[in-house]
Amino acid sequence: MQPIVEVKNISKRYRLGHSIQHTNSLRELLVRGFAKPWKRLRNGDERRTTNAQEAEFWALRDINFEVADGEVVGIIGRNGAGKSTLLKILSRITDPTEGEIKLRGHVSSLLEVGTGFHPELTGRENIFLNGALLGMSRVDIVARFDEIVTFSEIEKFLDTPVKHYSSGMYVRLAFAVAAHLNPDILVVDEVLAVGDLAFQKKCLGKMSEVSREGRTVLFVSHNMPTVESLCKRGIVLSQGKMVFSGTAKDAVQYYLNSVSSLRPEANRHIVELKGSPQRRSPLGELLQRIELYTEGDQPLSGGLPIGGRLQLHVHFNLEKPTSSFNVGLGFNNVLGQRVFTAHSLFEPERSHGECVGPQVFVCDIPSFTLTPGDYLVRVWLDVGNAEADLINDAIQITVYESDYYGTGKVPWNGAMVLQHRWRLDASRSASRGTYGN
Amino acid sequence: MRDAFELTIKPRSGWQPINVAEISHHWELLGFLVWRDVKIRYRQTLLGGLWAIMQPLLAMLIFTVVFNRFAGVHSDGAPYPLFAYAGLAPWFFFTNSVSQSSNSLVSHQHLVSKIYFPRIFIPLGAMGAFLIDLFLSLTLCAGLMLHYHWPFTRNLLLLPLFILGCVLTAGGAGLILSAINVNFRDVKYAVPFLIQMGLFVTPVIYPARYIPARWQSLLGLNPMAGMVMGFRHAFLGSPASWTTMTISLAASAILFVAGLFIFRRMELRFADII
Repeated sequence: MQPIVEVKNISKRYRLGHSIQHTNSLRELLVRGFAKPWKRLRNGDERRTTNAQEAEFWALRDINFEVADGEVVGIIGRNGAGKSTLLKILSRITDPTEGEIKLRGHVSSLLEVGTGFHPELTGRENIFLNGALLGMSRVDIVARFDEIVTFSEIEKFLDTPVKHYSSGMYVRLAFAVAAHLNPDILVVDEVLAVGDLAFQKKCLGKMSEVSREGRTVLFVSHNMPTVESLCKRGIVLSQGKMVFSGTAKDAVQYYLNSVSSLRPEANRHIVELKGSPQRRSPLGELLQRIELYTEGDQPLSGGLPIGGRLQLHVHFNLEKPTSSFNVGLGFNNVLGQRVFTAHSLFEPERSHGECVGPQVFVCDIPSFTLTPGDYLVRVWLDVGNAEADLINDAIQITVYESDYYGTGKVPWNGAMVLQHRWRLDASRSASRGTYGN
Repeated sequence: MRDAFELTIKPRSGWQPINVAEISHHWELLGFLVWRDVKIRYRQTLLGGLWAIMQPLLAMLIFTVVFNRFAGVHSDGAPYPLFAYAGLAPWFFFTNSVSQSSNSLVSHQHLVSKIYFPRIFIPLGAMGAFLIDLFLSLTLCAGLMLHYHWPFTRNLLLLPLFILGCVLTAGGAGLILSAINVNFRDVKYAVPFLIQMGLFVTPVIYPARYIPARWQSLLGLNPMAGMVMGFRHAFLGSPASWTTMTISLAASAILFVAGLFIFRRMELRFADII
């Protein structure tokens, strides 16, 4: 079976300089036209200088991928990576500079919620206008009108001009129209980031419904859990190039790694502690380095999903034989508040004799359930009962958003997540229906 | 099973064919765009739809007093107010359409840069509401003729031809100017001036016979000259030069086709530079 979308060597060049900034008025064009002969007289090589001024910018360079029928593909990348340009080319808003795309199905694109809405028109009128702009026929719109209205939850305000709508209502109506398009290929740009949480969830549900119906979806988002839960495949763009293509999960991991590698000190899996500035070493620089691992002894670089396994291998040196030593790890949030302390004192099954020389103390946290964010770790070594070596902000751990509860809902508040369950006590509830057990 | 549909997206440059299939597929959308304009145009106005006929009517009164009574400009047979009105109705359709559609792409930037549909609908759709105005003001023209007891003739059957000519002229000009406006915002300043000057080189205030015979065929090159002449010929049975009118009709058709192709060519870069 042929792929439904085939993207071959797509490149897109934007010209900066002249064409955009300077020729916005005819005068400039005329002035340049007249000035040219003079310039040419003065310096024979005028052509070259003009070209040099005319900066080029490749928003996309040699993008190649294929999408099979019914696949849901997430496109991720930082701002300016070329995601939106790619979607614009796919939705035929602009032509590529090079390359070719084959589309074997009708495309609807949703690059912005509510494009073409007119504030003076009522909700009902805007449904028709927006639907038509997005490519629906009048008959289609009439057929789905009730569904759209129900989905948008604005029944009561259907005949009110949308300029009187709250922004939430506006977005709901706009998404509702778009969600009821019926294309073979749906191209969606970061539109789920709007609206309240309940509606976002509803949109997400609608999106996965669309994908279950066997529609092909190309989806741009900054919301990694959404990409992971919605998409099977992922493509990572960086500075106009496609740097990764694979499963959505791997793509997200790749993206997070590449993002954090932008900060050279943060999130490396081996951190040498020599010469740390924030150090207090009464008994000498005994702490050597920390290595980070996650599930399956995989080196941890980049970040950790909520609830991921975190293993810290603390390498240090003992100058004299002793059995009385402890290592502490203090996890501070970016505000400098201590959110968790791990300490070898708390290990109940500790049994070892006297040690001397290089040691590796492993701290294993099976489920690191702090909320997403950056954490700076203070590490210290006590020998006897005295502080021997201490380093503030020795390493940084990034926790990224993930579907911890398995509901597609990202924990968004508080300092930590805890496993918890809810049930309705059937014996004491005054409900006739059944809910859970 | 899905029909065997395949679309190839690749770089285009230069002149493009007019995609008739696509335009006819999206035909309904043009209707929606016109409907939207009609709906919102007179919202929050006191006189509402009356504005459609106020413009030519008030202009007629002023022209009659100033040009006919004071300056001694005479019509070519019909009472001067009728003569002026029959010329002003198509003229206002033309000027309103051109100024609206030349600005249409720039004022609908989000439609250009966020969704895809045949973009010629934007400048063409901007004319639609004025076409409805034109019909309203023509109805009033018929009323004025009854008032002045001026007879209708068989010439009225020619009216659709001249309305078509007006639409082609305004459409062609609108397509070209709106496309240029994307790149050069000078258009915004040039259009009102050109429209003002247009009033003088088009026989709206004065009859075409004021122009020397040897200039008559040159006059036809201004498509609106032939159309204004045609409207008067159709409504009032005024004498008209078929040479001038034929040249004008041909010019309007050429202008429209040229507009389509120029627009198609410039359209390729709209989303990048708007």
